[in-house]
Amino acid sequence: MELFNGGNIALTDVPLLTAQEFRAEVIRRCRLDARLINFFGSPEDRQDVRLFAILGEDEGGGLQILSTKILSEYPSYESLTKDLLQANLFEREIAEQWAIMPVGHPWLKPLRYHANYRGVPDLWPDIKQRTIPGSYPFYFVGGEEVHEVGVGPVHAGIIEPGHFRFQCHGEEILHLEIQLGYQHRGIEPLMCGKDLKRSVLLSESIAGDTSLGHSIAFCEVIESLSGCLIPSRAQAVRAVGLELERLANHVGDLGAMGMDAGFLPTSSYFGRMRGDYLNLLLSLVGNRFGKGLCRPGGVLFDIDAAMSNEFCRKLKEYKKEFDSVSDLLFSQSSVLARFEDIGSISMKDAKMLGLVGPAGRASQLETDVRINYSSGMWQFHHVPISLGVTGDVYSRALVKRQEVLRSLEFLLKILPSLPSGEIFTPVTSMAKDTLAISLVEGWRGEIAHVGITDAQGNLSRYKIKDPSFHNWPALSLAMRNQEISDFPLCNKSFNLSYCGHDL
Amino acid sequence: MLKIIKTLFQQGCRTLPFPKGNAPSFPARYRGCPIIARDPESLDIGKITFIPDSDVRYSNDYRMAAAKREHLIITKNEKVLAAALNREMLRIFGRSLKLRQVSAGGCNSCELDLNVLNTPVFALGRFGIQFVASPRHADGIVVTGPISRNMREALLKTYEAMPGPKIVIAVGSCAISGGIFLGSPEVSGGLETIIPVDLFIPGCPPHPLTILDGLLRLLGKIKS
Repeated sequence: MELFNGGNIALTDVPLLTAQEFRAEVIRRCRLDARLINFFGSPEDRQDVRLFAILGEDEGGGLQILSTKILSEYPSYESLTKDLLQANLFEREIAEQWAIMPVGHPWLKPLRYHANYRGVPDLWPDIKQRTIPGSYPFYFVGGEEVHEVGVGPVHAGIIEPGHFRFQCHGEEILHLEIQLGYQHRGIEPLMCGKDLKRSVLLSESIAGDTSLGHSIAFCEVIESLSGCLIPSRAQAVRAVGLELERLANHVGDLGAMGMDAGFLPTSSYFGRMRGDYLNLLLSLVGNRFGKGLCRPGGVLFDIDAAMSNEFCRKLKEYKKEFDSVSDLLFSQSSVLARFEDIGSISMKDAKMLGLVGPAGRASQLETDVRINYSSGMWQFHHVPISLGVTGDVYSRALVKRQEVLRSLEFLLKILPSLPSGEIFTPVTSMAKDTLAISLVEGWRGEIAHVGITDAQGNLSRYKIKDPSFHNWPALSLAMRNQEISDFPLCNKSFNLSYCGHDL
Repeated sequence: MLKIIKTLFQQGCRTLPFPKGNAPSFPARYRGCPIIARDPESLDIGKITFIPDSDVRYSNDYRMAAAKREHLIITKNEKVLAAALNREMLRIFGRSLKLRQVSAGGCNSCELDLNVLNTPVFALGRFGIQFVASPRHADGIVVTGPISRNMREALLKTYEAMPGPKIVIAVGSCAISGGIFLGSPEVSGGLETIIPVDLFIPGCPPHPLTILDGLLRLLGKIKS
């Protein structure tokens, strides 16, 4: 069944296949030209669970939705992962959230260590009591001179918690296993129910560095379910916010990558310049991370002529500074020597894992929601795609540098000619028994939110997917046969979200 | 090399004159400490997430850090900001304070704005304050996030690994009270329910200047 970004569909219209047909169809399409955008369970009567798969055909921009029902008497189905690696984390999530066994999953383990949402015995009986890394049997490499390095959950810097377990031979990493879940706050169940006022605040705190990306996705789901068409001026203000968020983070990332390559001047400059973009968000919204801008129905803050002029003037200034500092970074042979051929992901592997965002584009994957599934302002103002070829740290840095320039161009184009009109339309009640989807290209890549309503028109299931969910396995893969001292640099080049993954 | 020097001159010195000079001005829409208009009213700034709200008026006052949880419940006339540590503690930490940061279920915005203190703009090092890599090297911990169930043990271990005397700082609404996540079975109701806290810095997230102001008050470098 065909959908579009920001579209909705009555639950009765979603094709319902048998588990075998569902499995075969998802795998068949993903082998053709589709990619698994989302795969999740939703509760039904009698403790049954309906599994939904949302597939995206990046080239044609089509979204397909399929579903199957897992009866509570037989809470299992044949795992897709062994034939479709993209399904790996999704299946682990389903197993944990709904206590449904993906039979034949090659490496089944919990993601976030919480009790299931169905109220039945968990697949891992003592899951609530376990402390995460201690009692879990990590993949182990044996042999003479092979040693293990464990890092986290509390890291050396000011960053989020996660556990990394390296199997090394001397300095060489043979295998890296990443165990997350420490940031799990149980957001998805909190999003449901009647109180949308709280849900929108939660959406801003799914990942604070992506407050705008996630809150735009949430608002679009609610607007789709309630048939609300927001004014184009509101769409434009959202686009300004989202691009400022991208600019701040990409600029900060380039600084951090320079730092981990041992080149401090650009890390200081970029670190400060990141703040310039956050301060623009502060002028616009009153919060450096854009918390409080988006609400279902539009935006709460307008950009008047004076502010738009001021933003344009500043952005032109920032562009000059960015050009000068990025030129400095990319002309240092010592930096390039650290960036090149480190942590490479081939296009084939990137496709196999279903990478999204700059990490995918650095490996030549032409996936960008703003282009493939454009909505809002991006339907009228196109942003050219930025692709890298080599898939290494250098390529990821280059893509980010290019995207900073593209975002600046985009902002300088739309700010002087914002559409006139209102910035807010009140939302009405939501359609009953309906599913809506929204995709947003956050700075890390594709954010996908799905909302499902019950017979009363309240949210009964809310599924959040942060781009990091696709990209964490790529970090493990990128580290194979690299030196352990390359890890911080590689990690920064992906800069994935812990809380966006843990929810 | 010439390029490095050239860029160095282009960039210049960007460090704020604060606290000797004035604090930078905030834009009109900045939501700082709320204004309480009438007398019996009060507001717990350790719980709110500083959202645009027609019921709450915000000032542009960035100073909000308090030493006691109850001081975050502000009324019309009263706002008690954090005072300096006692003399003995100041003797130990006044000129060198090493902190360990623990992110425990946060959304990463508090963490990012803590990181900002290390940029040349705020240059935290000039006050003798430094974030260190190990709790063994630390005099105190800065905790962010609503203390998720899965981070509780790691937080306690980090706390216990620090040699005494030690100080504990809660940054952000989540760490202070659970914030927006309060009520989820996966998080706690604030850091103080787990370990004693010496400084509360409210905000969602607090502006870097709010955090810096709090740290400097604790060290007696800013006085009310």
